[in-house]
Order: sequence, then structure tokens, then C-alpha cells
Amino acid sequence: MTQAAEPDFEVIVIGAGIAGCVAAYQLARQGRSVLLIERGEAPGSKNLSGGVLYSRGIQQVFPDFRQEAPVERRITRNYINFLNADSSVAIDYKDARLADPVNAVTVLRAKLDAWLSEKCEEAGAMIMPGVRVDRALTEGTRVVGVQAGDDELRAHVVVAADGVNSFIAKEAGLRQKEPLNQLAVGVKSVISLPRETIEQRFNLTGDEGAALAVVGDCTQGVGGGGFLYTNLDSLSVGIVVRLDDLTARQKVVTDIFDHFLQHQFIAPYLEGGELLEYGCHLVAEGGLHMVGEIVMDGMVVVGDAAGLTLNTGLTVRGMDLAVGSAVAAAEAIGDALDRKDTSKAALAPYRDKLFASYVGQDMKTYAKAPHFLEVERMYKQYGELLANVLYGTFNLDTQPRQHLLKVARRSLARSPLKMRQLVRDGIAGARAL
Amino acid sequence: MKPLSVPERLTKNRFLLDEEQCHIEVNQEIAKATGTGKLLVACCPAHVYTEEPDGTISVEYAACLECGTCLAIAAPGALKWHYPRGGFGVQFREG
Repeated sequence: MTQAAEPDFEVIVIGAGIAGCVAAYQLARQGRSVLLIERGEAPGSKNLSGGVLYSRGIQQVFPDFRQEAPVERRITRNYINFLNADSSVAIDYKDARLADPVNAVTVLRAKLDAWLSEKCEEAGAMIMPGVRVDRALTEGTRVVGVQAGDDELRAHVVVAADGVNSFIAKEAGLRQKEPLNQLAVGVKSVISLPRETIEQRFNLTGDEGAALAVVGDCTQGVGGGGFLYTNLDSLSVGIVVRLDDLTARQKVVTDIFDHFLQHQFIAPYLEGGELLEYGCHLVAEGGLHMVGEIVMDGMVVVGDAAGLTLNTGLTVRGMDLAVGSAVAAAEAIGDALDRKDTSKAALAPYRDKLFASYVGQDMKTYAKAPHFLEVERMYKQYGELLANVLYGTFNLDTQPRQHLLKVARRSLARSPLKMRQLVRDGIAGARAL
Repeated sequence: MKPLSVPERLTKNRFLLDEEQCHIEVNQEIAKATGTGKLLVACCPAHVYTEEPDGTISVEYAACLECGTCLAIAAPGALKWHYPRGGFGVQFREG
């Protein structure tokens, strides 16, 4: 038997995040009967992200996304910052071309995901909030539905979109417990500030936005980084730290967060702001290595639950990959339902479609990035070296000047870095990023 | 500007507390033997876990932000952690 005769729904989606909502929306638009189950009291209420959504993919799903969706600002300014205790070196990249067509927007997920679930409902999906799915219902090797408390609901296909912790994928044996070097924890505050203040502090006009990516002293040398994103009238500010490094160095995660907020070059951005909300999120940083089995008889896994996140050092992505995986999954599920065969083999084209799309292609392109970003020197010495070279250049202390190359050589000689490390990291970085 | 303490931060969030069921359970012996206890205290952004003077780990499950970091760092058997029942726990208004 390839599928049950009369299930309650053709498709049950677990989790109303971006991946779950986009999958439910696409399937409902195909005319399928879709149930979207969410454990929060309302869709969006359990969902949190750093805040930058690369929006070209979701714009293809919702052509009116930019006009209709509750997005905050269009990111036109990317500020990449090596931060030391007493110095800071940054690349400040601003580009009007990023505004039109819109490339990236800041979002607050409680608002965005509520909108997404409304779109699902309009398209004909049924939304069931406030319900925690306890496990996938199985018969033999096949998933036939979900169990929530005493209730059993059956479907031809279950879509596990239950986020980075994906208890559903783990219990089904599709995912193992990840090693700690592939996981990070993000801690974030949303801080309210008047719109005009944000625009003045970040040199923005209208709905333009800035994204600051910070590396170095912000995490006290622990592998990871800090971020500061502008919303319309609030800031999303946080850190992301790798769990292997955090535990090995015996640091307290909230001390690192406090240190970042109080840093002399970060605190002025936040001055006078009021905390609106405090949250955290586990982040899968393994890249391609974390994407394991994502298809089985009667079930597919999408978004964070499938390990689809990418940290390339410059761009940090997850939500756009969630969109891409949901689109690929919905296509494959639709084809399988048409053929009345939702076995693993029939759903396998999901994986092929995923890896043919920007999601899988980018996961492959950046496969070496996680390993590169484990290089400890990135989080302390490089920032200090850069600042020392610039200090030697700008600090006109009435001593005779030396050529830049000589200043650089002397700074390198005084730093714990070796020339061969610099060369090796340079080559590895060029290959990985 | 001194940052708010973690408990002060948490007062800004909306929580629906499940009075009947706690979704977190520490196995004190394994937590102590493996060092998981101290890691839980250090790594939880919501300070759910506290080491008591007798070395046991107490749990303030009402403060949980449901990220799953504790489960990721816990030694096998040291921690039972699941999401709260449907509709309970933190309810983000910003996200």
C-alpha cells in the first residue's frame, strides 16, 4: 500500500514558521486539503530570528510581499565590523541597487509569521494553533499522520517544519544529535527607539535599513559574532556563539551578551532605548554537513528542521533557505499526491529539487565555510592586527613616517599571528567564502 | 548604561505558564557526575538553571525561552527537556 484511502487531510504541516507556512500555502494553492498545526497560542508566537530575511525567494511566492507583508526596513547598508576592546575596523557597504529590487529586509517574526499564516488560511489551509504535535504516527516504516495528546490526525504526507530542535525528525530517525561545533546559540534583545533616532544614528532615510555584522571582542573571543539590525522603530541586537567554544572556555552566555551591549562602540547605538523583548534561538551552523536524510515514507523535513542554515561570515541565512525548501517540498508533494504514491521514492524528487535550487547550490558552494569559521584567529587577532596597521598609519606622533607595508610587517611581527597562518587563512577563506 | 538583569529582561516578555506540567527535568546524579549541571547554568540565556549550595541544579521552568540549547549541551541522560504543552510557554510579540 502506498497510501491510506481516506485520511483526514492530504497534507499535515507541523509548525507555522516560514518553511511550514510557505509549504502549506503552496499546497493549499494547488487545491490540496492542508492542516497547519502550531504549538504557539497563535502562529508566530514561538518564532524568532536574528532579523534579516533575503527576500527574493519569498517575493516569488508572494508577488505582493513588499507591499503587503509586515516587514520592517529594506537593507541597503551592510556594515561588516572587526571589533576590538578599544578599536574597530569596518567595511561600510551602502548601495542603492540593494533597494530596488529589494534584496533583504528586516523582519520581526511574531508579526511576519502571523501574516504568512493568514495567507495560508486565505488560500484554503486550515490552521490549528495552540496544539503541540507529540510525534509522527507511524505504521511500519511509514508516517501516516501525527499524534497530539490523545488526538490522532492522518494524512498522506506530513511536513516536519518544527524548527531547529525538530523532535519529529529526530524521533523518526532522520536526524542525530548534532556535535556542538555545529550548533550555536543566539541571544537577542529588541530595543525600541524613535524612528527618527534610528535614521539619524544609522544614516538612513525612509524605510532604508542597516545590518551590522560584528566579529571579535563582541563575543570575548568565543567563536561567533554580534549583530545589530534596524527595524522601523526598534533595533534587533544580539550575539551568536558556537556551543563547543562557549562550553570549552567556560563562559557565561549572558555575560558575553552584556559585554556586547555595553561595548563602548555599540552602546551609543542603543542609548535611550527601551527593551521590548528578550529571546534566544538555537542555530544550526554545520552547513551542508548538517543536511541529512530529509525524506521518508509519508514525510519530508523542511527549513531549520532539515538543518538548512548558512553562515558565510558575511551573510547569515536561514529564512530564505526555509522558503526555498518549502517551495521544493510542495512541488514534490503535489506530484506525489497526483500519482497517489507518497512513498519515500515518490517524495525523493524533493531532495533533487532542493539541490537544484539556490538552496542546495549555495549549501554546496559554502560547504567549507563552517570549518573556516572555526579558525580561532578570526575572533581576536585579525581585528587587532587591522587596527594596529591603521593606528600606525593615522597616529601622526611627530615621529618620521614609514611606508604602509613596513607598518603592516611590524604590526604582524608584534602580533601572535604568523605570516604562514595569514597566508593559509587567506587561501582557505577565499576557497570557503 | 548598565544592562538589565536577565529576570528584569524576562518581565518584558509574555508567558503563559503551564501550572500543571513542568517541561524540564534534571537528573541530578548524572548532571553532577558529567559536569552538565554547570554547563546548564552557564549556557541558558534565560537563567532557568541555578546551582544550589548543595550542588543540585534547580529549574525555573516558567522562564524558559524554549531555544533547546540546554538539551544540545547536556550529557546523555542528564536532562529531559521538551517543548511545553500546546499554547503554553513564551509567546513572542516581536520575535
